[in-house]
Amino acid sequence: MGIDQTVEKKTEGGGEHINAYKKRINNALSNDFLRSAMDKFAIAYKESRKNAFADMDTGVDELIAEVAELKKNAVMKNSELLVQFRKKAEECGIQVHMAATADEANRIIADIAKNSGSRKIIKSKSMTAEETHLNHFLEKENLDVTETDLGEWIVQLRHEGPSHMVMPAIHLSRFQVADLFSDVTGKNQDAEIERLVKVARKELRSKFLEADMGITGANFVIADTGTIGIVTNEGNARLATTLPRVHVALAGIDKLLPSLKDALTVAKVLPRNATGQRLTSYVTWITGPSECKTTPSGKREMHIVLLDNGRSKIASDPDFAQILQCVRCGACANVCPVYRMVGGHQLGYIYIGAIGLITTYFFHGAENAKNIVQNCTNCGACKAVCAGGIDLPRLIKEVHTRIQDEDGHPLKSLMLAKVLKNRKLFHGLLRAASVAQKPVTGDTPYLRHLPMIFAKDHNFRRLPAIAKIPFRDRWESIKKEHQSAESIKAVAATSEKSDQKNQKNVKDNDKNIIRVGIFSGCVQDFVYPEQLEAGILAFSKYAQKDKKIILEFPMGQSCCGLPALSMGEKDAAKDVAIQNVNAFKGLKLDYIVTLCASCASHLKHAVPLLTGSILGKSATDFAEKVMPFSQFIYMTGGMDSLNAVDLQDSGNGQNMLKNIDRKKITWHSPCHLCRGIGIKDEPKEILGRTGHEFVKADEEETCCGFGGSFSVNFPAVSREILTRKLNDVEETGAEILVTECPGCVMQLRGGALNQNRSFKVVHLAEII
Amino acid sequence: MTQMDIVTEFKKKTSMVSSMVHEAQSIQDALEIAVSVCVKKSPAMMTNSSSETPHTGDSDSRISLMHGKTMAALDLDEDKLKILAKLCSDNNIDLITESLRNHGTGIDVGITTADYGIADTGTLVVSSDSEEKRLATMISEIHVALLLKSNIRPSALAMCEELELLTSKPSSYTAFITGPSRTADIERVLAIGVHGPLELHIILLDDIEK
Ligand code: SF4
Ligand code: SF4
Repeated sequence: MGIDQTVEKKTEGGGEHINAYKKRINNALSNDFLRSAMDKFAIAYKESRKNAFADMDTGVDELIAEVAELKKNAVMKNSELLVQFRKKAEECGIQVHMAATADEANRIIADIAKNSGSRKIIKSKSMTAEETHLNHFLEKENLDVTETDLGEWIVQLRHEGPSHMVMPAIHLSRFQVADLFSDVTGKNQDAEIERLVKVARKELRSKFLEADMGITGANFVIADTGTIGIVTNEGNARLATTLPRVHVALAGIDKLLPSLKDALTVAKVLPRNATGQRLTSYVTWITGPSECKTTPSGKREMHIVLLDNGRSKIASDPDFAQILQCVRCGACANVCPVYRMVGGHQLGYIYIGAIGLITTYFFHGAENAKNIVQNCTNCGACKAVCAGGIDLPRLIKEVHTRIQDEDGHPLKSLMLAKVLKNRKLFHGLLRAASVAQKPVTGDTPYLRHLPMIFAKDHNFRRLPAIAKIPFRDRWESIKKEHQSAESIKAVAATSEKSDQKNQKNVKDNDKNIIRVGIFSGCVQDFVYPEQLEAGILAFSKYAQKDKKIILEFPMGQSCCGLPALSMGEKDAAKDVAIQNVNAFKGLKLDYIVTLCASCASHLKHAVPLLTGSILGKSATDFAEKVMPFSQFIYMTGGMDSLNAVDLQDSGNGQNMLKNIDRKKITWHSPCHLCRGIGIKDEPKEILGRTGHEFVKADEEETCCGFGGSFSVNFPAVSREILTRKLNDVEETGAEILVTECPGCVMQLRGGALNQNRSFKVVHLAEII
Repeated sequence: MTQMDIVTEFKKKTSMVSSMVHEAQSIQDALEIAVSVCVKKSPAMMTNSSSETPHTGDSDSRISLMHGKTMAALDLDEDKLKILAKLCSDNNIDLITESLRNHGTGIDVGITTADYGIADTGTLVVSSDSEEKRLATMISEIHVALLLKSNIRPSALAMCEELELLTSKPSSYTAFITGPSRTADIERVLAIGVHGPLELHIILLDDIEK
């Protein structure tokens, strides 16, 4: 991206056109340096984060829960804390200013500069100042502002915004920095990092010595002592609060905490989560104006500007109040598969990464949020590491919905919503599609030329055809087969038992009956019915021998509703959720099993949220019963019988394992399985006992890039995430890649075919 | 955890953040270590003159080479200062105890005491309300901190009350220092000494009963 463009483009009204945005994304995707820098970072970050948390006495999740809780309380008590802080701070001699808007904050700071006769200003890093475009404002007032954080200084000199909240210049190479520094110093600078850092040290030191005023952010604003806490590695905030005669701290009101103890608790997580450090080099606690030998009073003039800019409104919004629990660690960007591909300038406006997709809407308006908010695969990686315990993926969708509600819904998503709400219409269309596609599928089950709604750049993976006969039409005969398989099993089990112990017939024992409702989800119903069939076979095969499984497939079930939610159609998602809960009601089921991890996670977590207020307990009852396939197989005792079958040659047709053609297999963990439901090891345990040779792929829990409508909206990003994934799989030398979500199968199988990869992709049900 | 264990943990964690830890049996011993750090140090990178400083090419032939070295001591009591002054003059080191602002571009070694150590992160707590002391910990190319072993605590939260006492004083300025100044802002490569000290030495004074 050219110098100078960013700021200008970003501040103009109306927002960027989606095509311009996609073009920027494509540029980023073809920026080799950016790609390799982001990739290395993504891998290194995971490792260093793990190490940083490893030696703690409390587990990382408990610690995060503690931080989330204390931030939540602080948000609730915000106005109280504000009053308390203000009083304490003023007692200590700090001048406290309240700014309702970004402009007001900028104005206040410019006035402080004027009134104190300051012209030269040095700044240490503050995302809040980025939020208000403070530099821009001060420069227009003819003030001389220098950023002193190395990364911020670099992007300031380039007239760019930061591309990461913690590492602002991560998108730049040493060569770009060397060129820049050569310009600045008028001397040729080598592209040697050590040396470039020293150039900055020298150049900036003289700025520090000349400065009249220092502006910093604050990571913590402590109410009961009037203290601010600043976290840095470079030490620039220390110089900025020591050398100049005026200090202004700018902080959002969300930084208020009751006490030092709270701040120390947050500080335990913040650096570990941000950069994998146990603690940053410096944490500075300042309580009022400190000694400054160049002023007549011997004390520095100290101001704090507390910025609202919509925060108090957010605090009273039941859905979004939790975003104020953010501690600005940047981790949600660090683990985001989209961020990894496109970099921060393409995945945020000022705030970057998952939290940026949300806060942009609130701080910088729908026009700046409308494109980026769609650029999310809904993989949940951000939520899994968030230091503030924020449900980021859900809120991203919520923002998307709100923007569509305000700006109007695009035709495509309106139609989808309309169709989904009417199950019969939806299924009718799918059946029609199955006929209509015939001419284009040739003899393969892959569509080469897709129906119009898919644009041409979707050719990066081959998409499957709609099945000739959907699962729901096959159900009656499948059910019969299943019943006879169960009764054979029951007879065998009964005779075994009665031989041994003369027990009563197990058939009538309620404890041994497991009533299972099958939730197919639309993809398996209409595209991959064979996966469901395989799954049902597996039920009988692996369940404990004395258990009888009774299956139900309520015809009233529809799409789970996730596709609607992910296109910002919350009402449609709510409608189908109600249809689904009602379809399964009254069947006295023990479990609702689905072979689609995305459906499972959506039904379990989103459905009660969407319908709880309408359906009450039946929504939570429904959600509690939902279980992904692998968990069900694992839990119904299948594991032992799996071993047994493996070991003895019982010869009754059930030991397919004995005769398998042993293959090297690996595993892709669907986002909605490992993070959505928390099932990580069960599928691998099952795979380990299939008789195949299991090899672990690198980053098996990283998203495959499908993300439903994401892959439709951002095919280029989806393709790159997919390719990265397929590379990791190929690296293992596996012949079969196994996963547990039809969406992942669609993406991975289509990609593997298109890229002529050497492995097959199957659903877990198809291999066991 | 005994105090010995805490000290051991502190030493382990400080070395992980590239701090250097020394053990001293007495004040004399500690100050000798500090001075030897200064003697061994290559001369200050930025001099206090406004003249051209070498940053390009290989010639780190710093101008200050001809000026001798400077050491700043800010919060030592008279007895300690006397010992230090003697050691400095023996080694041809300028010792300054005030007006650090005039040396804004660099001092070779700044020596201060630290109030506490925090074991689990390898951190020093330096209450630096006085400007001179603060500057010594910031503009010195090497910061040497004296720390009593008995003042090392297991974690920041475990010493919350002590910290509150320091930070709740009006006009207080309390620093947690964990290793030298660092940055990873260019290509995520760790580089030491961007704005603050390039090295941090911690001299542990043994005052605990074995
Ligand atoms: S859900 Fe996944 S893709 Fe979306 S913002 Fe979070 S990490 Fe990124
Ligand atoms: S949203 Fe969570 S992960 Fe992202 S910056 Fe905020 S605290 Fe960190």
